[in-house]
Amino acid sequence: MNKIWLITQREFLNRVQKKSFLIATILIPLIFPAIIGLLVYIAKEQDKHAEKEIVHYIDESALFTPDSSKFIFKKFTGSLEDAKTAYRATDDFGLLYIPKLNISDPKGIVLYTKISPSMEDISGIENFFEAQLKDLKMQRMRIDQKLLDSLKTNVNISTVSFTDSGQEKSNNSIILSGIGMAGGILMYMFIFIYGAQIMQGIIEEKTSKVVEVIVSSVKPFQLMMGKIIGLASVGLLQFLIWIILMGTLTFVVVDMMGVDTPQQQAMQQISAEAAAQQAAATSETLKAINEFTSLPWIQIGISFLFYFLGGYLLYGALFAAVGSAVDSPAEAQQFMFPITIPMLISYMSLFMFILKDPHGPISVWLSIIPITSPIAMMGRIGFGVPFWQLALSVVLLIGGFILTTWVAGRIYRVGILMHGTKVNYKVLAKWFMMKN
Amino acid sequence: MEALTASNVTKRYTNHVALDEVSLTIPQQTIFGLLGPNGAGKTTLIRIINQIITADSGEISIFGERLQAKHIGTIGYLPEERGLYKKLKVGEQLTYLAQLKGLSKKEAVDKSKAWIKKFEITDWWNKKVEDLSKGMAQKIQFISTVMHEPRLIILDEPFSGFDPVNAQLITKEILELKERGCTIIFSTHRMETVEDLCDHIALINKSKKILEGSKKQVKATYRTGTFAIEHIGAFTLPAKYELLEQKNLEDTYFRSLIKVNENTSPNKLIRDLTEVTEVHSFVEKVPTMSEIFITLVKGGSDE
Repeated sequence: MNKIWLITQREFLNRVQKKSFLIATILIPLIFPAIIGLLVYIAKEQDKHAEKEIVHYIDESALFTPDSSKFIFKKFTGSLEDAKTAYRATDDFGLLYIPKLNISDPKGIVLYTKISPSMEDISGIENFFEAQLKDLKMQRMRIDQKLLDSLKTNVNISTVSFTDSGQEKSNNSIILSGIGMAGGILMYMFIFIYGAQIMQGIIEEKTSKVVEVIVSSVKPFQLMMGKIIGLASVGLLQFLIWIILMGTLTFVVVDMMGVDTPQQQAMQQISAEAAAQQAAATSETLKAINEFTSLPWIQIGISFLFYFLGGYLLYGALFAAVGSAVDSPAEAQQFMFPITIPMLISYMSLFMFILKDPHGPISVWLSIIPITSPIAMMGRIGFGVPFWQLALSVVLLIGGFILTTWVAGRIYRVGILMHGTKVNYKVLAKWFMMKN
Repeated sequence: MEALTASNVTKRYTNHVALDEVSLTIPQQTIFGLLGPNGAGKTTLIRIINQIITADSGEISIFGERLQAKHIGTIGYLPEERGLYKKLKVGEQLTYLAQLKGLSKKEAVDKSKAWIKKFEITDWWNKKVEDLSKGMAQKIQFISTVMHEPRLIILDEPFSGFDPVNAQLITKEILELKERGCTIIFSTHRMETVEDLCDHIALINKSKKILEGSKKQVKATYRTGTFAIEHIGAFTLPAKYELLEQKNLEDTYFRSLIKVNENTSPNKLIRDLTEVTEVHSFVEKVPTMSEIFITLVKGGSDE
């Protein structure tokens, strides 16, 4: 035990003292929000300053008066062939041909362009037609806008779920999905980054040939466990620092913008109606903030720590086994496949099933099977997971990492002493079976 | 009490036997040469002694006790495939390796500093290993092998990668360690090292021990009763002597190789020689370790 502790310490210090650790730990929580902010800013600016594209049109139906914030429409009178020739001579975006139309079944509208138009452009134009046709139909059916507005009723269902202890809690599935997605992605990244570091460290020990010196002092299993635990503590430290940094940052930002700005705006509002609208919006925001803060954060936090440790130990051991078997990272590629696949499956299922239907059978089983549960359970946890599922998943994950650690240990003890051997799965199996 | 005894140690792998019923006795305070061609099983035996792998059968005892986990600190091991952590500083490296051998942090630091001072390389303490030359790194590696004061030191090809100056320095250290009571196992191909340093040897070939004993004994066993004589004037000898070769060096100066049978003493030969020629030098041709090695290993492969 004492020796595992020594190795853990050494591994921990080696990593933490590196400049790259310091940079990643401090910059990532600052860089990510900054990048997202920048992208949003650029997108907004682009929208604001985007030049309107010019679209020529021939309207044989004589029904439309094209108008759009995105396009400038220029009417052309004459035949389609003439219009095409005229359009080709310009640098404009497109030529829209509208034939005589049956307004309940409009067919034959064609957009001619020089470059393939984006989905956004097409749907923009389609939306315009749909809106104008709707207006036309309303006029013909003698429905006026007021009548239509009075028909429309806005319904917001607030959802309340019972917890196991019988308490009621309101929840917002958008927030929950966001939490689940963030948790799952973070888990995926952490396991991969730290698992790969274990593998890299072991390959380094093998290539620098220090490993035989070390295993004459400690058991290979102790060396492997020391490395795995050492890196886990680095991961936890990094995670903790991120949480603190991001928490502080969020607090500061919310304090500066989130709270002050609406109040100041509210005071500047002159009309009572606007003030009322503002108040409603603020109450929506407040409700969301309220729901956000009332989430079971401690439960989510503890789950994240547990599933990070469990998932990391389970996969870390496999990464260690691969590292011990090969002489270079390039050689490791062939063994990465079976490790990557379950990770990718759980990552993709996060978006395909778990966030859409957190209590469906696929989601439930993925969050129970140990190789997928770390990511899957993070996706589900905010939505409330029945106790038996959580318990089963925890027990299986513990069992899972004990199993992979045992298997990996048996491969590792032989692999680290082998140099220049051509390794395939058969060889790995032989090592696994070998007596000590 | 012997430093190490191995009795009937056997290790099998799926397709071959790495060690076949090998027994050895290594006396205390000796330098023991463990010889044998590549793939003979030396490294397997050394790994078993270091408890990196375990034998399938047979027993090993060290200083009278059955080999067990606590003996890790008793042994210092310099493997043939050796290296250091490239990114660690020399000081950290030595302290860490000594702690793994069971020293407390303070002991480890003190001993590392003492050795660094002894080798007059105090200014390396804060250098990273990757910034050292190969010879420098070898020195650090040697220190890491002996700094926890092991009673049994196992050196696998210790001189590979050393320049003659450093090799001499290490040789001096090895002899000093022996004087202080350490037992040293030397695994090597370099027969001149064996000739110079080893007191005892064992030869392993094809997983089996084929020779063991003190250097003197071994040489006595493999003496052929051949004498080299330099003399003036050719001669013929009585039939009980076998004249292997007679070569004219210059004028009347000759060198002859004479083989005698077991019952004839060197004195008798000299007496008979003085009757027929003028003897200028008289040397028994004792086989070198290298010759014994080659004879035995080749003989083995002829079977």
